Amino acid sequence: MKIKESIAISESGFMFDPSTGDSFSLNQTGKEILAFLKSGKSEEEIKEIMIEKYEIDNFTLEHNFYDFMEMLKTFNVLTAE
Amino acid sequence: MKQKYNIAVTGLNNTDNPGPGVPVIRGLREAKDFDVRIIGLAYENLEPGIYMDGICDKVYQIPYPSTGSDALMERIEYIHNIEKIDVLIPNFDAELFTFMKAEKVLKEMGISTFLPTIPQFEERHKAVLPEYGEKYGFDVPFSKTISSLNEIKKLSDKFEYPILVKGKFYDAYAAYNEDQVIGFYNKISAKWGVPIIIQEFIRGTEVNVIALGDGEGNIVGAVPMRKQYITDKGKAWGGITLDDKKLMEITKDLIAKTKWKGGMELEIIKTQDNKYYIIEINPRIPAWVYLAVGAGQNLPEALVKLALGEKVKPFTSYDIGKMFIRYSMDMIGDISQFERLSITGEL
Amino acid sequence: MEKLKYERPVINKINAGVTDKFGMGHKIPIIQELEGNKISDLTNKYGSPLFVISEKKIRDKYNTAKQAFTTRYPKVQFAWSYKTNYLNAVCKVFHSEGSWAEVVSGFEYDKAIENGVDGKNIIFNGPDKSIADLTKAIKNGSYIHIDHFDELFDIIKLTETVSEKPKVAIRVNMDTGIYPKWDRFGFNYENGEAWNALNRIMLSGKLELVGLHTHIGTYIMAPEAYGVAASKLADLAINVDKKFNHKIKYIDMGGGFASDNTLKGAYLPGKDTCPSFDDYADSITNALINSNLDTQNLPTLILETGRALIDDAGDVIATVLANKRLADGRRSTIIDIGVNMLFTSFWYDHEIYPTKQTGSHSEDTTIFGPLCMNIDVVRSAIKFPLIQKNDNVVIKRVGAYNMTQWMQFITMRPKIILIDTKGESHIIRENETGQTLTAMEKTPTHLT
Repeated sequence: MKIKESIAISESGFMFDPSTGDSFSLNQTGKEILAFLKSGKSEEEIKEIMIEKYEIDNFTLEHNFYDFMEMLKTFNVLTAE
Repeated sequence: MKQKYNIAVTGLNNTDNPGPGVPVIRGLREAKDFDVRIIGLAYENLEPGIYMDGICDKVYQIPYPSTGSDALMERIEYIHNIEKIDVLIPNFDAELFTFMKAEKVLKEMGISTFLPTIPQFEERHKAVLPEYGEKYGFDVPFSKTISSLNEIKKLSDKFEYPILVKGKFYDAYAAYNEDQVIGFYNKISAKWGVPIIIQEFIRGTEVNVIALGDGEGNIVGAVPMRKQYITDKGKAWGGITLDDKKLMEITKDLIAKTKWKGGMELEIIKTQDNKYYIIEINPRIPAWVYLAVGAGQNLPEALVKLALGEKVKPFTSYDIGKMFIRYSMDMIGDISQFERLSITGEL
Repeated sequence: MEKLKYERPVINKINAGVTDKFGMGHKIPIIQELEGNKISDLTNKYGSPLFVISEKKIRDKYNTAKQAFTTRYPKVQFAWSYKTNYLNAVCKVFHSEGSWAEVVSGFEYDKAIENGVDGKNIIFNGPDKSIADLTKAIKNGSYIHIDHFDELFDIIKLTETVSEKPKVAIRVNMDTGIYPKWDRFGFNYENGEAWNALNRIMLSGKLELVGLHTHIGTYIMAPEAYGVAASKLADLAINVDKKFNHKIKYIDMGGGFASDNTLKGAYLPGKDTCPSFDDYADSITNALINSNLDTQNLPTLILETGRALIDDAGDVIATVLANKRLADGRRSTIIDIGVNMLFTSFWYDHEIYPTKQTGSHSEDTTIFGPLCMNIDVVRSAIKFPLIQKNDNVVIKRVGAYNMTQWMQFITMRPKIILIDTKGESHIIRENETGQTLTAMEKTPTHLT
């Protein structure tokens, strides 16, 4: 899964999709995950980084990560490939 | 040097159904006796007044009153700590109740308001207009609140057709016979629920008055106007100040009898035989307030003075034949402004 | 390196127009304890879901209400509305404060007697009173509030066999300017039915007319409606005195005071708009004092308020069973208590709070109950913080009606605890088990 090329994420957690005109807000973890996705990291790599950095177990993260990716799909910010 | 006040204003929605915030601010910026720093309070992130040049010095988002007064007051307190608000002018019907209830708390914080009292606010509601007319001796259309179809049968000896069938909040239809009343009753109650207000239909010209009462029965200023053109939302896009002594007398009388405190707008129907029926009393400054400023009565300025406890010399005249013509214009904004407002709640 | 506090990743779409709260630094309030008891301790000890009643809140509320009326009127008596919450422990708290009992069935009547209430301090309301119920009430000297003519005739007939003189009042319904008009209970004021009933009682000579009763509706936001009702009852009392030279002993204004819950569809939250006891008391006592009732001989004012006294004192702790995405991306959270235990979620937007500190982010969430039923929705739309499975939530203000109207369905009814004024918790109703239900079932022999 990749993030659309043109999407801009600002430090504040604001995300703008120029191709649709939609704006989004992200919390800290959401912002980090998106930034990693945008930089080309794989989902597995991102999860590892998150586990390293945050007080969270593998199982819950997996669950939340999946949910988050579903939301990105719903909001149409991922590209097909 | 003139005194500078920090004034918080809501109702920055200068859309096709405009709120009074922007015209109030324009009046305040033209105040003779003081300078202002304007703190705009916005509920929605696309209220035009947020983005207009020369309107607000700073804008904060505030939560809807429906979130609860705790959250709203917490936010106001936060803003007050930064901005030191002297006077707050709420401009939406839906927020008035909350701000009226919070009047004391705001005062304790050091924020002045100049709002009607809750009994004044409650007794002028659409559904209780007949009682209001009777209590104070004004002509109002005869009306009755009904909550079942059976009650329609009993109306025939009290009303002459046509009659208006109105919803509690919105919708009004003119009915010419009982069958139509039943039809509209069903239509409106399906949408807005009961009760339904049945109101006498009064033929004539609608005229409006903006007025400011000092809370002790004195009228500080008043300007009458007739809408010249109305949008499909029923809002004036052009209007002209009138010379109508009787209309002014009614306004003066109403403010004297009710000791109205704050801004208000009277909607009145003037009939062929020169009778004046009050059809609605809005408990705040209307969106066309800038016409009053233009006609020589800066009512927002006077309201701020009243809120601060200053003596205000009542206005005694206004220019007749002044007109307002509303227009719309596209401003250019940038996503970065929208971002700042959305993420930080401030601009 | 110490790890950072984690929050579930979330993305929200910013809709033009509507603002989000988080931009305003709004902290989502949390509830970590109830009357000094940690939520996690309570669930560990008693399980989840768990209804929690605060004795302190009941007593405080009762005293606020009592003060509002007694400072304005010389003779005031409260009667606890059993149907609102008839757990014995709850009733006994009210009785210990001096409340009489107000009951609407034989079952409730017996419960009041078992709770130690003197028959003379029981008000018997409602359309359903059997001959046996009436006989018992007459013998005990309870106040019978007559609902309809059939009941009136039943009572007159009973005087042939029962020696005690029945003490009666009539319930009066009327137009007080509010909608809906409750005209199904009692005798109508405007069409003269109430006056007719009073005449029949007086002319029968067999009943003692002690009071007048009304109950204008439920969740009444307009205190002035009570003023209208009190004036009308005062007029009836004056007319009875004029015609029969008989003074009634009390005027019972019933209940119907709103609690701070927010009705569905209301724009402003109940907390901001609901009248206070002072508002209701002002309206009622002004009407009575300004009426032509003899000021030396004012009738006692009885109040049967239920909801406004008990709603605040009840909370329910629930547990998140699952978080899930609906097809349109909306978040939904399933908790372990549903509408069968929480009837009031059909008419209120209940306040629901997390019990742990969360970030300032929230998502539009639908909160479902655990039932395999589509209607099991506790909150259809609420901005809710990002909580996880097994986290607890507290639903506030559930003290009225839930613990009497709840029904066993799919799941069992949970425990109810009372936290006393010292902060000690006590089970006041055990949770049901499968045994509770199967014990009442019978299987025909050919199916065994």
